[in-house]
Amino acid sequence: MARGAGALGAPPWAAAGAALFVAALVLAPVIAVIWTAGAAGRLGPGDWAAVRFSLTQAALSALLSAALAVPVARALARRRFPGRGALVTLLGAPFILPVVVAVFGLLAVFGRNGIASNLLDLAGQEPLSIYGLHGVVLAHVFFNLPLATRLLLQGWLAIPGERFRLAAALALPPGTVFRLLELPMLVRVLPGAAVVIFVICLSSFAVALILGGGPAATTVELAIYQAFRFEFDLGKAAALALVQLALAGGAAMLAARLALPPAMGAGLDRVVPRWDADRPGLRVQDALWIGAAAGFLLVPLAMIVIDGVPGLARLPGSVWTAAGRSVAVALVSTALAIALALALASRRGELLAVLAIAVSPLVLGTGLFLILRPVAAPGDVALPVTALVNALMALPFALRAIRPELEAVRADYGRLCLSLGLTGRRFWTRVALPRLRRPLGFAAGLAAALSMGDLGVIALFADPERATLPLQMYRLMGAYRTSDAAGAALLLLLLSLALFWAFDRGGRIDARA
Amino acid sequence: MLALERLVVTQDTFRLEADLTVPGGRIVGVIGPSGAGKSTLLNVIAGFFPPSAGRVLWDGRDITGLPPARRPVAMLFQEANLFPHLTAAQNVALALTPRARLSRAEAAAVERALDRVGLSGLGERRPAQLSGGQQGRVALARALLQSKPLLLLDEPFSALGPALRGGMLDLVREIAEETGATVLLVSHDPADARRIADDILLVAEGRAAAPVPTAEILAAPPPALRAYLGD
Repeated sequence: MARGAGALGAPPWAAAGAALFVAALVLAPVIAVIWTAGAAGRLGPGDWAAVRFSLTQAALSALLSAALAVPVARALARRRFPGRGALVTLLGAPFILPVVVAVFGLLAVFGRNGIASNLLDLAGQEPLSIYGLHGVVLAHVFFNLPLATRLLLQGWLAIPGERFRLAAALALPPGTVFRLLELPMLVRVLPGAAVVIFVICLSSFAVALILGGGPAATTVELAIYQAFRFEFDLGKAAALALVQLALAGGAAMLAARLALPPAMGAGLDRVVPRWDADRPGLRVQDALWIGAAAGFLLVPLAMIVIDGVPGLARLPGSVWTAAGRSVAVALVSTALAIALALALASRRGELLAVLAIAVSPLVLGTGLFLILRPVAAPGDVALPVTALVNALMALPFALRAIRPELEAVRADYGRLCLSLGLTGRRFWTRVALPRLRRPLGFAAGLAAALSMGDLGVIALFADPERATLPLQMYRLMGAYRTSDAAGAALLLLLLSLALFWAFDRGGRIDARA
Repeated sequence: MLALERLVVTQDTFRLEADLTVPGGRIVGVIGPSGAGKSTLLNVIAGFFPPSAGRVLWDGRDITGLPPARRPVAMLFQEANLFPHLTAAQNVALALTPRARLSRAEAAAVERALDRVGLSGLGERRPAQLSGGQQGRVALARALLQSKPLLLLDEPFSALGPALRGGMLDLVREIAEETGATVLLVSHDPADARRIADDILLVAEGRAAAPVPTAEILAAPPPALRAYLGD
């Protein structure tokens, strides 16, 4: 609506304030990093090895995730079976699964003492080693195969059912159906999915922290952390942060050129009837792919529960304190992310938020550390900084959930609101917020779970007295207190899921029509 | 009295001109081919779309620059006339106040309006729990309570079947007669206009023509209307 549309927007002061806040929060650390890096020495060969490793592992993770997603998504697209809906929902779970918890579950399956190694041992084989490049890639595939599968599944379901009907009427064999109908979709969707995964893995920190390390398996993000914690070399950390900024920025620009369907869209519960796939051989093949993918996702999750239950009863007090701290950080971060998302729910706001996510958490952390060091002890600001950076990281997802719905409310009810004088604050309290309950609840759930499980900036700032639960759990793992770590992992998993569930559910209850 | 004074509305290649008056208290059927600009004309009068030239006057007062809520206009749209998350009573109450809390007098007025449109006792239902016809009545109750002198109806009942639609139009007629409101009713069905309209305002070929009494214009339709009616 051309006239009075401003009356249905965020108040100008809120929009401008939020934009300034986000811009400052991103730009100030970047400037601090550039400033300090300029004064630092050149990077050594080890640092370039980190660049190479970052690129290699991200490329491998992206290729493997995307390639494996093709048969899994195809099987899900053309088969109907009990539990299909649950499995598709489960494909969304890694997004809110704390990285350190997932890695713990993978260790319980693929680690030296994991069940896979035990089986190999029974067969007289050497146990597996999960540390190094293949471990990092394995964990990344665990996280991103589900994402790629969801994206491809959407692509498959977007192929009109009539085309498959036509193919059946013409009695086209499966190979021809693939070439005519499925291949063009894959060519369109697969590169975008792979690039997004590449960008995500490029900034991988927690996975590399636990499964990588050493000269052969250090990402740039991890190198920043090591320059901080072990070498106390802020100049080097800043120089590495600058490298990471260039890497992630370049990759993000690459990703922005490829259009991608939204991964959180609903409607994945549809199955397109496929006459060409109605053959016993293909049925078995699809069943195997679905079984393998489900097992790959479910067994590590099950191991977290099985291993964690005994330890949960006698967790040390420090774990409970850390859990309390994490919940507090998650709640503050969620409130901030949602407030920013509401104020920035416009096209410009979304661009700004995507810009913010192109700067990795450790780069932000480095910059904030450089800025805050003269005025405050890092340990004192660890939790506020973590909440702040987590909110920023959740912002693009919150915006993606909220903005389309808000625009739909404006399109559907804008004129009615204007004619009834429901403008400004009244528009928000009486129309927009009640209509947005579902996406707000979902976005808040995502933000809370992401913050709850985050092991990033906190590792730079925290002292032992102020650890969050993921950091505390990582320390327990490092100290080989496996039973305590398993209990902490289960607690962290439960808290992350509970936070997501509570917010998401809160948005659904009573959100009628 | 509504006056459109040398009004020009443009949007990309679309152009509509109007220079006419509508006497107070009349029910005017706005008809014409689709895409001719019937809805656009109503949107300009209601203040949702600015004209590129000319003025909109109500009783001699220039309202061209007023925001929609401050115009003497109540409007029902083709769809989304009710907020799905509010009850029927809460939807109607928006005519009186944007606040959630009502005074006793306001609550009584809402109840009376619902009674008037035949929805006694259904105030606590949400739109999803009402039939299409009942939803239309809730929207009419709100328009009634807004007590604005000009009521614009942009095919709000087009999704209803012929019998229900006829009933709603009769209710519009009754309400307009009680309140003395001027009504502009967009319809793609000439039968609607024949049923309740005193006058017909033809929108065709880039022009909104001055309203002509219904019987008169239907007896001797001008070429543009004949082309539209198809005989």
